[in-house]
Amino acid sequence: MNIQMETNNKKIIEVKGIGKKYNINHQQGGYITLRDIMTNAFKDPLSFLKRKTKNILGIETKEEFWALKDINFEIMKGEVVGIIGRNGAGKSTLLKILSQITPPTTGEIRINGTVGSLLEVGTGFHPELTGRENIFLNGAILGMKKKDIVRKFDEIVKFADIEKFLDTPVKYYSSGMYVRLAFSVAAHMETDILIIDEVLAVGDAEFQKKCLGKMEDITQKEGRTILFVSHNMESIKQLCNKCIFLDEGKLGQFGKTNLIIDYYLNNNKKHEAIYEYKINKDKQANITKISIINQKGILSSEIPISEYFFIKIEYYFDKPQKETLLSILFYSDEGLLLLSSESDSTLQLNNYNSGYYESTIKIPRYLFNTGHYNFEVTLHRPYIEYLDNKKNLNFEISDINNIKSKIFKGHSSGIIASILDYKTKKL
Amino acid sequence: MINSHNVVIKPKKLFSFSDIKEVWEYRELLYFFTWRDLKVRYKQTAIGALWAVFQPFMTMVVFSVFFGGLLKIPSDGVPYPIFVYTGLLFWQFFSSALSDTSNVLITNQTIITKVYFPRLILPLSSVATKFIDFAIAAVILVGMMIYYGYTPHIVGLLIIPLLLIITFMASVGFGLFLASINVKYRDVRYALPFFIQILMFVTPVIYPASIAGKYSWILALNPMMGVIQSARATLLGTTVLNWTLVGISLVATFILMIIGIYTFKKTERYFADII
Repeated sequence: MNIQMETNNKKIIEVKGIGKKYNINHQQGGYITLRDIMTNAFKDPLSFLKRKTKNILGIETKEEFWALKDINFEIMKGEVVGIIGRNGAGKSTLLKILSQITPPTTGEIRINGTVGSLLEVGTGFHPELTGRENIFLNGAILGMKKKDIVRKFDEIVKFADIEKFLDTPVKYYSSGMYVRLAFSVAAHMETDILIIDEVLAVGDAEFQKKCLGKMEDITQKEGRTILFVSHNMESIKQLCNKCIFLDEGKLGQFGKTNLIIDYYLNNNKKHEAIYEYKINKDKQANITKISIINQKGILSSEIPISEYFFIKIEYYFDKPQKETLLSILFYSDEGLLLLSSESDSTLQLNNYNSGYYESTIKIPRYLFNTGHYNFEVTLHRPYIEYLDNKKNLNFEISDINNIKSKIFKGHSSGIIASILDYKTKKL
Repeated sequence: MINSHNVVIKPKKLFSFSDIKEVWEYRELLYFFTWRDLKVRYKQTAIGALWAVFQPFMTMVVFSVFFGGLLKIPSDGVPYPIFVYTGLLFWQFFSSALSDTSNVLITNQTIITKVYFPRLILPLSSVATKFIDFAIAAVILVGMMIYYGYTPHIVGLLIIPLLLIITFMASVGFGLFLASINVKYRDVRYALPFFIQILMFVTPVIYPASIAGKYSWILALNPMMGVIQSARATLLGTTVLNWTLVGISLVATFILMIIGIYTFKKTERYFADII
């Protein structure tokens, strides 16, 4: 209610029954060449003809995929709305439809105002052109008029902090400079609505802070409406007063940011937080179930950095096993082995009877920095044999309530986030 | 300002006049794309824009030596170099615009999938770029006309813009058609250079249309034949200007243009999804 009072109750975006369908065959394998079609036709002319006739008669069984289905919501003027959801939930598709890059299959959207979209930083930047030239080019691509670019030029350059390199081709820029310039151009668009996709994930921490500040300015001082997709819950919390949670192409929840983020964290990835396996009779030992459980005891694979969590492993022995070890190996997103945890605190090999066992491993808070991690669970007899092994298990450490954020607005560096004890005295 | 004030986004219709209005609203972007292409093209080259002159000029020299000098191909009574250069000038405008337009969606795919603007801007700007090349290369023709002592008819000069419009429509129309296919089937990219080469031989660029005798009307279905023939007639006085020929070319390109825009608008709806 409050939000609506502030903004004079003026509807600026009205989304009604939006759906977007993709045909899977379009999606796969990039592009097709006529040659492929011809070789297929020669290899198997009968099925080719069958398919063609089906195609022509329109009874072909295409695999359809609804990236978005029946999305309805309204956004008032001056609201800053975050869009959250896991990968593949349809966030980017929604933004693409809102910015008219791709049309919806069903439904319609009414927009009362001008729209600027920033789905990528530096769209259309040409490496051979200088910073100055790219400001004009990029501005024009984003839909700014030349006179507006001229008027804002100094401001753009100052914000990006690249005065010295203005007449250098951007191919010689460092990636930081490049991103700063690109964001700066986009941030100076004067549209009523700004659509932003995850752009703050780039640049150094200091610049991210500056960007967030700029975005706050845009909304608070200038009263513009922003739609903002991010995986960074902290920046969503900081910027947005409302949130849309997309779940597998459907509108999961829409409301106040705090409520939605809580909902998201508690409901997110439930099915990915549990892995179940069938018992293979040929093996002497089987890992049957692996689950990731958060501090509150709820299944979740997205864990706030500020909370500890558990990995629970259930396994089964066909017959008694001697000198066996249960190990967990943690890998970074890039596949670097970070930690191999071989045993409990007794550091001994265990003997097991036949039957079911369950081990729960507690992972301390601030062990891993924010990001995605893989882990692997292995039952083995060291140097003798592997009994069972499950790979590609995932969890994500999120930035929620990260005390380190007090100092680092963005992402503090490193993979291990352990907070160390400092004893300081004056000498 | 990106979009006009009240936007309704829904499943797209095929074509409406608001499309033309929209292209007009984005004319500054058209300018910037053209400017970018020109600027970037000759960066890191030693002779820069002279390339625009150098290419047709050298082709003319080589053709004059082999086709004019050694093979003695007839040239309707004018010196072969100026005869072939007139043809080459229009031909290169057409063929380079055609090949650029056909690939324009692929070369700009990063922009297409990230920002909205009327997509027609892209092919239009690639033709505009080629037009500038044409204008630069035309300076040589003027020089040659002075050298060989040709004064064009006044009507001749007046008809040149019409010929350029025909060339423009032919390359844009055909180019839009190929660009739409190219989004789905990249074969276009490989087939096109070869196709353009063949097309050059069935167009009277290096030989006069009179060579085909009474069948020359078949050649007239190729719009570029009418353009080149008329350019020669008016600038060099090779033949009397044949208005029927111009008419046929105009109608043919107009149809080509409609087909091109139609296919382009049809695929425009989904090419950001499959490019």
